[in-house]
Amino acid sequence: MKRLGPVAIEPVAAPSGAWVLAVSAGAVAAALAASAALFWAFGLSPVAVYRAMFAGTLADPRAAPEILRQSIPLLLCGAGLVVAFRAQFWNIGAEGQLLAGAVGATGVALFVPAGPWSIPVLFAAGFAAGAAWSLVPAWLRLGLEVNEVITTLMMNYIALFLVEWLIHGPWKGTAVFGFAYTDTFPQPAWLPVIPGTHVHWPTLAVGLLAAGGLAFLLARTRLGFEIRVLGQNPHAARYAGIDAARTTLAAVVLSAGLAGLAGAGEVAGIHHKLLSPSQVSAGYGYAAIIVAWLARGHPLAAVLTALFLGWIFTSGDVMKVALQLPFQVTLMFNGLILFFLIGSERLLAYRVRWTGVPRAGAPALVAAGNESTAATGVGGAHRR
Amino acid sequence: MIDYVLTTVVRALAVGTPLLWASLGEIYAERSGVVNLGVEGMMILGAFFAFAVAHTTGHPVLGLLAAAAAGGAAAFLHAVVAITLRGNQYVSGLALAMFGLGAAGVLGRGWEGIPLLTTLPEVSALTYLGLGLAVVLWGALYHTRLGLVLRSVGEAPAAAAAAGVNVILVRYAAVVFGGVLAGVAGGFLSVAYRPSWTEGMTAGLGWIAIALAIFAGWDPLRAVAGTFLYGALFFLSFRLQAQIPPEFLRMLPFAFTIAALAVMARRQRGQGAPEALGVPWAPGER
Repeated sequence: MKRLGPVAIEPVAAPSGAWVLAVSAGAVAAALAASAALFWAFGLSPVAVYRAMFAGTLADPRAAPEILRQSIPLLLCGAGLVVAFRAQFWNIGAEGQLLAGAVGATGVALFVPAGPWSIPVLFAAGFAAGAAWSLVPAWLRLGLEVNEVITTLMMNYIALFLVEWLIHGPWKGTAVFGFAYTDTFPQPAWLPVIPGTHVHWPTLAVGLLAAGGLAFLLARTRLGFEIRVLGQNPHAARYAGIDAARTTLAAVVLSAGLAGLAGAGEVAGIHHKLLSPSQVSAGYGYAAIIVAWLARGHPLAAVLTALFLGWIFTSGDVMKVALQLPFQVTLMFNGLILFFLIGSERLLAYRVRWTGVPRAGAPALVAAGNESTAATGVGGAHRR
Repeated sequence: MIDYVLTTVVRALAVGTPLLWASLGEIYAERSGVVNLGVEGMMILGAFFAFAVAHTTGHPVLGLLAAAAAGGAAAFLHAVVAITLRGNQYVSGLALAMFGLGAAGVLGRGWEGIPLLTTLPEVSALTYLGLGLAVVLWGALYHTRLGLVLRSVGEAPAAAAAAGVNVILVRYAAVVFGGVLAGVAGGFLSVAYRPSWTEGMTAGLGWIAIALAIFAGWDPLRAVAGTFLYGALFFLSFRLQAQIPPEFLRMLPFAFTIAALAVMARRQRGQGAPEALGVPWAPGER
């Protein structure tokens, strides 16, 4: 325990919800402050930047559907990543799995005769393609102990070039002249939207169901129990007779499949064609890592954190228009938020308690006992 | 034919140079036990600052120094989070990559399309310097006391600390050194290889540099061999565009990396990696 005046700082095994919220909010605030400093160095008034950001999003009712629209892929990818991270599988490949899902859905939309079955079939194809994209990294990790962080990342680039090839080559639209995208999907393969918005609600509904379903899975089912044990203590899992490979694979396939659904939603709900990878995804798969990290291992919390990241993305778009900032401003925000989140993680292992003013003569700062290194929520990747 | 081979070798050297610098830096950082996945971000920051400074001052060498400083500063941020705050190294590195790509994109707005008048010749100083550096770093790693200290910190930090080594300091130094080299790697791109600033010009090289460190078994000399392999792969991907769709060729280095990691894993079976790689360490811990 450390004493700082009237406040005691002591290690705890599990942080309280309020403390997690306080530390996360502090990290986000610090990230926004650091961005402000960068804007100032760049010659932009931070006040003007944040005013534009606020006025264009939270203060503007027309922005709400936009925030919601951008939250959909973030929710699907993020809720899935929560489960993968709980199983200690560091899936950095949601971006590629999303693109693979978009390819799968496009294949159905373009080449399967259209009908009322189009939407369910293209969702299924999106899930399958996304899941398939995770199989090589999963197999390498489980069979050969190859670090999945690198392999899932590499798969992102491979997916990116696969989409590029398809839209320039075999799937290039017949009526698009010089442009690089596919033909427009037939109408039955278009996802319905909330009127007057771009919110493709079936995908949103699937995302909410997935978050709820995964929360149930983790809390109430045998597979969820196995995932939790495996993530917390692989040795204990082995003694308990849990099949690590099967359990991990289930978590990975679920996570990758949901990212694939996100990709299907983007092409069938918004663009109605397959187009350049940077237009299919604005980096949702990478930002979903923040969604999952902020959600601290709880799929339902990902609903809120996805909305938060959706707000960051919408803010980036607003700043693009209002201040002529490039789209990378969102990436800068995301990087800093993630950075401060990781940096503040250790605070979660402690509790701050008010103990009153110490008696005169007592040392102001007493350090005793060893610091707890309790891993909290999604813990460290202490493995090569 | 000889011309063709010669061109291939020279071009492979040129394309491979940034990979070599960045992966040498990553090898040293990882030898100290700290993974830094932020190479892509450190490289792009290096590329931008090198270009901006070289363009403003007219001195490409000053640009490279700025790149080194930018890479080192970015790596320092990662060191604070990964070493002092003992945060998750993998995610912290990813955050650094995101931040670097974002910040370079924002700062670099308005610098695109400007040519650089005084540049470094493409294959020259940095390529040969990189080859020399690899030999020096190899020698230092295996045949000096400093190298022994670095390796012991990455293998068994508690034992190193018991022997009187300042583990935290060594890790900071190794990570910042890695960032400096990654910064220079990025600077090479914007003042020598393609003397201009383009958003996203690192194009995934940073990730491949990390994979190369693993592929090389954390050995600086083996990284040289890997560099030429990748350099040749990149160069061939330009050469074969007429025969094979360019998108497939650009996929090649990434697909090859996955294959190479699989082959290495089969051969190494977990050996070769510093024992404490990725594991945060606190003074007093055993």
